[in-house]
Amino acid sequence: MIITKEKPLEEIYGYISDCKNVLFVGCDGCTQPPRGLKEAETLAKLVEMKAKMEGKEIRCRFTTVVKQCCETSVGNLRTEMEGCDAMVSLACGVGVQIMNKVYPEVCTYPAQDTKFIGAEEIRQGPMYEMCLACGECILHETGGICPVTRCAKGLLNGPCGGCVDGKCELPMEVNGELVKNDCAWYLIYHRLKELGRLDLFRKYRPPKKRSLAMNPRRL
Amino acid sequence: MGEAFSELMKKIKAGEFVYTGELEPHNLSTDISDVVEWAKTLKSIGKIVAANVTDNPQSFSAMTSLAASFIIQRDSGLEMIYQLRTADKNRLALASDILAASALGLRNILALTGDHTHMGNTPDAKPVFDLDSAQLVDLIHHMVYEGVDLAGNEVQGPRPQINIGVAGNPNQEPLEIEVLKMERKVEVGADFIQTQVVFDLDIALTYLDAIEHLNTPTLIGIFPPRSYGQAEFFDKFVSGVTVPPEFLEAFKKFKQISDKAERKKKIDEFNIEYFIDFIKEIKKKKNCAGCHIMAVGYPDVIAPIIEGVEK
Repeated sequence: MIITKEKPLEEIYGYISDCKNVLFVGCDGCTQPPRGLKEAETLAKLVEMKAKMEGKEIRCRFTTVVKQCCETSVGNLRTEMEGCDAMVSLACGVGVQIMNKVYPEVCTYPAQDTKFIGAEEIRQGPMYEMCLACGECILHETGGICPVTRCAKGLLNGPCGGCVDGKCELPMEVNGELVKNDCAWYLIYHRLKELGRLDLFRKYRPPKKRSLAMNPRRL
Repeated sequence: MGEAFSELMKKIKAGEFVYTGELEPHNLSTDISDVVEWAKTLKSIGKIVAANVTDNPQSFSAMTSLAASFIIQRDSGLEMIYQLRTADKNRLALASDILAASALGLRNILALTGDHTHMGNTPDAKPVFDLDSAQLVDLIHHMVYEGVDLAGNEVQGPRPQINIGVAGNPNQEPLEIEVLKMERKVEVGADFIQTQVVFDLDIALTYLDAIEHLNTPTLIGIFPPRSYGQAEFFDKFVSGVTVPPEFLEAFKKFKQISDKAERKKKIDEFNIEYFIDFIKEIKKKKNCAGCHIMAVGYPDVIAPIIEGVEK
């Protein structure tokens, strides 16, 4: 799933404070946490309220689509978007770009910062980055744990000297708190040991073909 | 073990127990005159064969260690071990630096991954890590022995003449991880190993035994601390390093001595005695080729420690 984080209301309001009619468009696709109809409605109401407090009138409507990364799906909004002078997308960065492509006559602004491809341990729990879409998957060699993503340095021959008690020395800020992630290579070592495949841990891995992840990619 | 290009490797190959020092260009400074003076002091001790020049340690930017290594080697006459980390440069820039190092007469590179850029004074910098330290060893080895870079492009003219060092970490838990890592680094061409600081003799001896099968000369890193604060810093804040409780306890007692000169005298005496015994013990191991003394700004104990070991 694509993990996103809502931008501050002030920032979103700043994009559209001069508009009269704004359509807030949710996405029922893979954006997490969910940013569908309910979230689009909440954001639309908040913006409308903020405008009122500032003595302005912005008419905020809301809707959602199955997935904003699909031009066909986004194309169904034609009737609903009529008359609006801006749209706000609650999807990931892909959705915002597709909205702008399909409806070039109005600007679609992002309501979310797109963070990473990840997973959640429990429903609506903390989310973790799991895949960098590097284009050269080696999970079959690393016990199903991705060092390219989950090692802060993306090492193929880890761990580095900064692995202490199984933790990465690099502190990460999560919701205002400093936490230390598990060292990916420490996890890989234990997983491969458990599988009786330390030969895979010992194996020297040559440098990655970075050209496979050269953007923008096409398939 | 490859060909010996550097004085360091020649001495190691000749069976000499070698000592190396460490030099650190200042953060964001163009002035390394005092570092050159420190290198001259190290050279005057006599037994110090070479000194490492750090490359943006802890990800704080300093003069590029390539230039610093060249200047210090030229002005002090002491051979340098040019530390090169992959944190800031891609494989193309690293190959350029390897060529430059050889052309400038630098004969040792310590291949490092380096601390994450986010830990330093420019936390928003893009971390590179195109290669890791093992892959940097592979790159240097390819250029020196096969005359090609990792993409197969040929080196024009004479090949670089570089001996390749790697960092080892005897403090790694479990040690099996470290051993497997060192096996990879030696497989791709490491000539010698310099280790992270070790205070505990048992840890150093266990490490040397664990990597004996690699037949790779190893220099154990030591750091005689100048104060309780420094010893405590290593114990608490340097990744993976533990200082034995009795060592810390001794320094805690020295801290109580109010007379500065007396306190320094006691600390010097303790360091000299402790590290002479320490080095004498590690020296007994066949694969222990020397000692890497990281005592930046603390010259007083280096000569007595070395003299004590050698007499």
